[in-house]
Amino acid sequence: MKIHEAEARELLARAGLPVPDADVATTAAGARAIAERLCATGVPQVVIKAQVLVGGRGKAGGVKLATSPSEAESTAAAILALTIKDLPVRRVLVAPASTIIREIYLAALIDRATRGVLVMASAAGGMEIEVVAAKDPKAIVREVAHPHGGLLPFQARRLGFGIGLRGELLKQFCVIAAGLVKIARESDADLVEVNPLAVVPAPELPGGERLICLDAKVTFDDSALDRHPDLAAWRDADSEDPIDREAREQGISYIRLDGSIGCMVNGAGLAMTTLDLVTRAGGTPANFLDIGGGARADKVAAAMRIILADAGVKAILVNIFGGITRGDEVAKGLIEARAQQERIVPMVVRIVGTNAAEAAVLLREGGFETAASLDEAAEKAVALAAAGGGK
Amino acid sequence: MSILVDQHTRLVVQGLTGREGGFHAGQMAAYGTKIVAGVTPGRGGEMSLDGTVPVFDTVREAVEKTGANTSCIFVPAAGAADAIAEAAASGIKTIFCITEGIPVHDMVGALAVVQQYGARLIGPNCPGATTPGVNGLGAKIGIIPASIHLPGDVGVVSRSGTLTYEAVQSMTDAGIGQSTCLGIGGDPIIGTTFRDALELFAADPATRALVLIGEIGGSAEEEAAAWAGEHLKHLPRVAFIAGRAAPEGRRMGHAGAIVSGASGRAIDKIAALEAAGFKVAASPTELPRLLIEAGYTKR
Repeated sequence: MKIHEAEARELLARAGLPVPDADVATTAAGARAIAERLCATGVPQVVIKAQVLVGGRGKAGGVKLATSPSEAESTAAAILALTIKDLPVRRVLVAPASTIIREIYLAALIDRATRGVLVMASAAGGMEIEVVAAKDPKAIVREVAHPHGGLLPFQARRLGFGIGLRGELLKQFCVIAAGLVKIARESDADLVEVNPLAVVPAPELPGGERLICLDAKVTFDDSALDRHPDLAAWRDADSEDPIDREAREQGISYIRLDGSIGCMVNGAGLAMTTLDLVTRAGGTPANFLDIGGGARADKVAAAMRIILADAGVKAILVNIFGGITRGDEVAKGLIEARAQQERIVPMVVRIVGTNAAEAAVLLREGGFETAASLDEAAEKAVALAAAGGGK
Repeated sequence: MSILVDQHTRLVVQGLTGREGGFHAGQMAAYGTKIVAGVTPGRGGEMSLDGTVPVFDTVREAVEKTGANTSCIFVPAAGAADAIAEAAASGIKTIFCITEGIPVHDMVGALAVVQQYGARLIGPNCPGATTPGVNGLGAKIGIIPASIHLPGDVGVVSRSGTLTYEAVQSMTDAGIGQSTCLGIGGDPIIGTTFRDALELFAADPATRALVLIGEIGGSAEEEAAAWAGEHLKHLPRVAFIAGRAAPEGRRMGHAGAIVSGASGRAIDKIAALEAAGFKVAASPTELPRLLIEAGYTKR
């Protein structure tokens, strides 16, 4: 689950890490009030940042500076009127604009290769880490946190020295690096990224500089949200498609695509394969859908509703390899779903494995078009979709 | 011969008294697997599987009293990582975890314990493994339906569940049997990788050909391909990769199945496998034919 920058900032602040004194507004007047408060503390300039769950908001005009509360108000009004990559801007973050001396990249993430929490740092902050990795892989230093102890002090120092930090900044960096790992572990985040981690002037400190987490990106492990109801409440439900939400609540794994053949499959690998074979047969899949293991009739009916909610669907391909899932349960679900459905769409059904014979009887009585092999099912579905005007 | 599971397996089922654990333990026993114990904390002293299998409170007790050497875990996600660690710390050397949806940070910790005790974990979020035997009797751990198997000499390793069944069924239909069929799981962090599995098969004299079933996400297929290109030149080998049509940046059901930028793409995996001498199928149904083309001969 992704969260907005504003909530990511909140998470860092709760962990005691240095973040800007910022606040969130949903209206231009609210943005003005925040700017008034900040300007009263001597802040000469504020930055207003659109809160949307996509990258590239700066280029889309979603990040702007303002030098007075009234300018903050008009700028916020303009940003709140934007739609960035199909997502309307509903909130803005208003923060003091910083004088940046230089920018660092720092992130803690779950890494499949090392099977641990990997911490990556680079002196080339401010740009995407993939770009740095492609241009100059040596510019990135890495440490794998201890599986039970987190990022150990020597590891944090190695990272800091590795990106050229010394003295006071190194000390601050070590605290922040260990803090990101702690946040990742305690909140079950699979990514906690600070970019940029900015070096800003601090005349009050010995070296005259300090570090501040100017922007942060956090994603949580969906499998662990149950034990963090407070974090789960940060889900931006407004940005979630209602069909996606229904699928999530039903425990159905659904991804909408832009083709014409709706797919219902049990198992993620087989579902991916079904899309591949539809594509290979010259068709276009409308979705990925895995009903999961052991699905009963009611879940099959729900899956059918989800597929048919996409008006682009011209044919449906059901592919079930029974194991834990029983073929006859799926067949019953299909019969039930067809009785309820408002829009009649041609369907081809393939059910093999557990209770396939019982399923075959039900499907034959119900007059369903069936297929023996997956290849045949894909070809039939493509033909049905083409006859219905789909691609 | 086979890998990981055979007639010497003495299985403890963690979560035996649960619905899934009980059902699948029954299926495993019916296929010939020796189930010696169950573990459910708080249910020690009961008998399960129609009164044939003793249940213990701890894995340690199960090992001491029954000589269990392998574990199969059906414990719900919230407690599954702890169950893995308990098995490893109790002297179990081969641990299968079927449970899906284990928080990934829990797995980081559990895997460290597994490594500390020199154990091997298969999964999590995997269907298990089957070593088919004659007359429908062999040894199986996990949830793979017994009916799809035929005893033979082709090793199968896969990240998926039902896709594996599809591939194995097509082999069985073509009269091509399996030495062991192993599902390693679709999560980002798993105990046994493709490469580990290939090493096990390479050391098994009864395995004379290999089928690798991968999918988008990560680079485990590429790493396995590189190793196989060096060490498995003598074995006919074929592969299938799911997710050619998958869009970038979306998790395709499995937590680990995601293309991120240019990383984890199907075309790169296919290219790496072909460069390592694998014949790569465009559909799982092509695997039997490709095995023959790769030089495999039925015995």
